[in-house]
Amino acid sequence: MTSQTTLSSEARENVKDEAFDVAPNWKLVWWRFKKHRLALVSAFVLFGIILIALFPDFFSIQDPNKSSARESFMPPQGISFFHDGSFQVHVKPLKGKRNPTTLKMEWGVDKKRILPLRFFTSGYEYEVFGLFKTDLHLFGIEKPSARNSFHLLGTDRLGRDQWSRLMHGTRVSLSIGLVAVGLSIFLGILLGGISGYYGGWPDLVIQRLIEILQSLPPIPIWMALTAALPRDWTVEQTYFAITLILSLLGWTTLGREVRGRFLSLREEDFVMAAKLSGCSQSRIIFRHMLPTFTSHIIATSTLAIPVMIINETFLSFLGLGLRPPAISWGVLLQEAQNLQSIALAPWLLLPGLAVIFTVLALNILGDGLRDAADPYS
Amino acid sequence: MLIYIIKRLLLLPFLLLIFSVIAFLLIQAPPGDFLTSYIAELAASGSSMERAQIDALRALYGLDQPMYLQYFKWMGRILTGDLGVSLDWQRPISELIGERMGLTLALGLGTFVFTWLIAIPIGIFSATRKYSFFDYFFTVFNYFGVATPTFMTALVLMWIAFKYYGVSVTGLFSAEYIDAPWSWDRVVDLLQHLWLPVVILGLDGTARLARVMRANLLDELKKPYMEMARAKGLSEWRLVMKYPVRLALNPLVSTIGWYLPLIFSGSVIVATVMNLPTIGPMLLRALISQDMFLAGTIILFYMMLAVVGTLISDILLAWLDPRIRLDEE
Repeated sequence: MTSQTTLSSEARENVKDEAFDVAPNWKLVWWRFKKHRLALVSAFVLFGIILIALFPDFFSIQDPNKSSARESFMPPQGISFFHDGSFQVHVKPLKGKRNPTTLKMEWGVDKKRILPLRFFTSGYEYEVFGLFKTDLHLFGIEKPSARNSFHLLGTDRLGRDQWSRLMHGTRVSLSIGLVAVGLSIFLGILLGGISGYYGGWPDLVIQRLIEILQSLPPIPIWMALTAALPRDWTVEQTYFAITLILSLLGWTTLGREVRGRFLSLREEDFVMAAKLSGCSQSRIIFRHMLPTFTSHIIATSTLAIPVMIINETFLSFLGLGLRPPAISWGVLLQEAQNLQSIALAPWLLLPGLAVIFTVLALNILGDGLRDAADPYS
Repeated sequence: MLIYIIKRLLLLPFLLLIFSVIAFLLIQAPPGDFLTSYIAELAASGSSMERAQIDALRALYGLDQPMYLQYFKWMGRILTGDLGVSLDWQRPISELIGERMGLTLALGLGTFVFTWLIAIPIGIFSATRKYSFFDYFFTVFNYFGVATPTFMTALVLMWIAFKYYGVSVTGLFSAEYIDAPWSWDRVVDLLQHLWLPVVILGLDGTARLARVMRANLLDELKKPYMEMARAKGLSEWRLVMKYPVRLALNPLVSTIGWYLPLIFSGSVIVATVMNLPTIGPMLLRALISQDMFLAGTIILFYMMLAVVGTLISDILLAWLDPRIRLDEE
């Protein structure tokens, strides 16, 4: 009996080894990545954030640009779960009173009423990718009005709902990171590849270019470049200009890495074999060389996205990046730029938490990918 | 060693030439020339400039000449020590930058010293007690340190100081010392204000450096010479401090090259939020009001800091690590 179990476990071991031996590269990477629990959790968190970036309106409560002077600087409303001892998800309405001496609105909780929270409820109408119209929202209250208003994260100076603005900012901030990194990957692989594959004078020129770009102080350069963008450009134009500016200095790290890989791979036997069997140059590069380090490129790019997101936030925060009516996390934080506004409405700092958590998740995911990228080590 | 240093120094003018071209191109980047927008701004605010004054400014900056001539004119003036006049402030640029240079350097170097003093012990501690509670604690701390934009830390701390202590922690001086001449009391006052921005700016760098230090040290701790020294009976503490820490510091020195410029350029945002009298907020204002020669000069200044930072780290590294200087010679 005992000998049988050892045999079967041995056999299982063998099967496992066999699976390991024949598994393609991506499978090995996946097996290793799965062991990194925190990275796995981060991947799920990011999946949620990407969903928000894809369908910001679905997660919003109210039109992000709808302003109302009567509802400015309302504090966040917490969600309660029990009412009169029974389970009922609800929020408590706020009642505003103007302070007769300071003339400031002071918001207090109206304890008499509750506003039940509805899920998959209907709200304002919006379009999904320009395909169809719907008014379905994840949550909201019934018939919002001035007396019955619901602002999960409070409102800003103009009485706009901060939660809905945060949802819409997610789309812009996340996509700027992705697009800027995408451009950096393109430039990095192109120039790093030329540099490493051909060597000689192109290598020399590109290496000097990388050195010069890397020794430039990034933030002042970005500030100068974004400040030079014409003020009358549309939101889309500024958006693409900023991604371009961010990736202009951002490709160098990847360029260096790609070059190093190409340099070491150039001497490998399998490249020689491909050359001798008459493969074209582009086939050698894209079919034989690039796949050996795609996992590295993915890991490095994942770690580059948070840097781009933080930089965009910096620039928009300073008023040099995206400008209203565009909504990004940096634009939202611009409202909290000085002590006066945060002393009055500290909840304006909350979009910063979105930045921190997204960057945290991306960094942990990137670290996990980097550790998993080399399955044979 | 000397040859190595001279070699590095010879590269300097060449780099500065390239950087000055880049800075000049940045000045030229905004559409239209700055004088036109300045005149438009003056007209909008109701005042105007005399024709002769405009022509004099045009001639001074060579605005009617082709671009490369403008560049040579600008460079020529900078090399003779004349940085020009800021249109926005109506004062010589050299004076404006000179006033703020000392505080900018104090903030940057203070941050630098702070990060090294904090990051290296944390790195050593985490590496020698790998997977202990403190190691995990600092790992989490480092992740948050990297993920939090510096201005967020600044804003949150400012809010806490205001809300719970009723103090406004902006600026670098108390009201009574802002325009006072330098005295011992003013230095003390400066130090009382300087530590907060230093800590805020340092958190980000500390997180990065501590991670580098931990990784370097972990590599060293695995090596056979450790066993050898232990077998000899060296106490653990002395052993770690004497050999692996020194070796692990070498790669850290090479980070000075990018870290020092990063502090200076990173301080722009914190300085703006906290309203510090350093060069950073002046750059922002110059860029927004299109005071392009002031902006260009400040950018050139940051570039020089970057070059000096790389130079210092190269020389230090060559001094610490003979393999590098022998290789180069």
